[in-house]
Amino acid sequence: MDTTQRTVYLDHAATTPMVPAAIEAMTAHLLDVGNPSSLHASGRQARRVVEESRETIAQALGCRPGEVVFTSGGTEADNLAVKGIHWARVAADPRRTRILSTSVEHHAVLDPLTWLRDAEGVEVELLPVDDKGRLVLDALREAVERDPATVSLISAMWANNEVGTLQPVEEVVAIAAEHGIPVHTDAVQAVGAVPVDFAKSGVDALTLTAHKLGGPYGVGALVVRRELTVTPLAHGGGQERDIRSGTIDTPAIAGFAAALELAVKHQPEHLARVGALRDDLVRRVIEAVPEAHLHGAALDPLGMHRLPGNAHLGFPGCEGDSLLMLLDARGIETSTGSACSAGVPQPSHVLLAMGCDEEAARHSLRFSLGHTSTRADVDAVVEAIGPCVERARAAKAK
Amino acid sequence: MSGGVDSAVAAARAAEAGHDVTGIHLALSRNPASYRSGARGCCTIEDANDARRAADVIGIPFYVWDLSERFHEDVVEDFMDEYAAGRTPNPCLRCNERIKFAAVLDRALGLGFDAVATGHYARLRTGADGLVEMHRAVDDGKDQSYVLGVLDQEQLRHSLFPLGGSTKAEVRVEAAERGLLVADKPDSHDICFVADGDTPGWLREKLGDRAPNQGGAILDESGQELGRHDGTYGFTIGQRKGLRLGRPAPDGKPRFVLDIEPVSGTVTVGPHERLAVNRLTGIRPRWCGTAPTRLEATVQLRAHGGEHRAVVSVDDGSVEVELLDPAYGIAPGQAVVVYDGTRVVGSATISATSR
Repeated sequence: MDTTQRTVYLDHAATTPMVPAAIEAMTAHLLDVGNPSSLHASGRQARRVVEESRETIAQALGCRPGEVVFTSGGTEADNLAVKGIHWARVAADPRRTRILSTSVEHHAVLDPLTWLRDAEGVEVELLPVDDKGRLVLDALREAVERDPATVSLISAMWANNEVGTLQPVEEVVAIAAEHGIPVHTDAVQAVGAVPVDFAKSGVDALTLTAHKLGGPYGVGALVVRRELTVTPLAHGGGQERDIRSGTIDTPAIAGFAAALELAVKHQPEHLARVGALRDDLVRRVIEAVPEAHLHGAALDPLGMHRLPGNAHLGFPGCEGDSLLMLLDARGIETSTGSACSAGVPQPSHVLLAMGCDEEAARHSLRFSLGHTSTRADVDAVVEAIGPCVERARAAKAK
Repeated sequence: MSGGVDSAVAAARAAEAGHDVTGIHLALSRNPASYRSGARGCCTIEDANDARRAADVIGIPFYVWDLSERFHEDVVEDFMDEYAAGRTPNPCLRCNERIKFAAVLDRALGLGFDAVATGHYARLRTGADGLVEMHRAVDDGKDQSYVLGVLDQEQLRHSLFPLGGSTKAEVRVEAAERGLLVADKPDSHDICFVADGDTPGWLREKLGDRAPNQGGAILDESGQELGRHDGTYGFTIGQRKGLRLGRPAPDGKPRFVLDIEPVSGTVTVGPHERLAVNRLTGIRPRWCGTAPTRLEATVQLRAHGGEHRAVVSVDDGSVEVELLDPAYGIAPGQAVVVYDGTRVVGSATISATSR
């Protein structure tokens, strides 16, 4: 294998490179001693870094600093929201036995829901999406109005991680608000890519994570309205409003804040630049492979319906896994967008929910562009895709 | 790459020989936890991780291919059908024939690879006629040419067995020298999809309504009932253990399963000498090269079994084997693999035996 070939990284939805400002902010504090919970000068200094970071994050997200609860990342924040809000709501009123969500959530939401169903008998309703992957609002309205008093929580993602479809969060909030039901949204893919403003959105809780927007791994946050009670998952030192115990990771949080500040500041240019590259990629790939087709919402230059960096394409007659491997061998890194256990690819629940059959769900590949993507990356894909599809078809035809 | 030491060393040798090697781990169960757990297996999440770590150490790309559906259809279903019909299948041969050197090989060829290399112990060489010959491995104790006897010339042309010239002990030493952490991982045994090695228990659970019977009589050769059993699929010809007859035979000799009749649910037992087989018929022959017509050869009748001198005649897809010295406890469903010296000529599935 040619080890000198350039890597064309097109899996930014999985993780994106750290930005220099985040590396600088993070490394600046790696040698500082001081637990932010300690009372001495070093502790106070660390605490100051954490609180300034919290204020930066709040400013960027349109929330109050006290609403930012740091976690280890998106999965923990989603678990904390789904379980923690549900438990608190049930404690306040035991009739609240239902949680409504969508059939296209990330496993970090789906699996806690399944666990609540199996372990605690919670009635989980995963509402349908249309063929673009967008929540069917009438179904949500019907599910709420059937018995509003029994709904403890609605969780609907801001943007889908596989096909990039943006969900109608505003409308979800409006339906929920009529009945005083809290709304959580997993905005892991959305923050930095499209405009996200916590207060304006009207949601009660919002998940984000640093490594998807140029910050470090292992840190994220649940932004949660102060008025909302959240039962903690982990008990201990009582950090983070007693909602999330555990020693606070000062350097990671500093890196997170620096990355988020930049990502939000540059979001409009990012959307325009990356969106244009993505459109170019989709158009030219379909030119090279006429049978290829786009999954999810149509391309839109304003980023109203779809993440700017997402190009989720179906290649009939291919296995997505074969294509991934063939492109990987040419240094082009993509994803089948499917959940893996032991690396065993399962057909994507998102595509199945959108009405694809198993065959169609398996012939798909996700290219996700980000802040380091260039025109040359798109050129590399366009050059490689034809021969790779041909080979992948040969492998499947056998 | 199963996650074991053999495939890891095979991959390392192939890469070192200059081939452009990609490591593939086969996911054979949709629910890996349901297949064998523990160090013996080849299908667990831990095994997949061991394979991945070996690929990292060797420095080759690594992927997991999901062949669970093909494996279920071609190997597991066949295994159940065969047992239900009173035969004793060998799923490893079936897997080599249909999965490793068919589904995997075909996909690999399509993707632009030239061959599948595995950690099987067997040797390949090109004969004077230009055909690829498969021979027994150097290590008698590890030789796996029996389970590869189903490969035809086209499959052999696209196969590599880098371990055939080595002993298992050498392979373990080499694995340790290469820094492969699986160097002292125990060998896998038995059937990979039967988690605890309890095949009758597994069949009882999986066969359900497909079981031909849920019990019946255990008779001696005179037809006298000696006991009852809870399903003929729990037995194999030549079986001695687990008959649970309580009282010994009048002559004090151990009793063996002589015959299994799935429709009536009858299992017949008798003394060892009644297991002797002098002739057998094989169906579904698979030839490694040119199909023979008549051949003085040796045959092997079970994995790790001994060799028997035989005269093999082939007629229109049916193989007649006349054993020059009798074999004992030969179960229909097993493979007869024909050897000319160390060379594998081919194989067939045993359909009938006689004295």
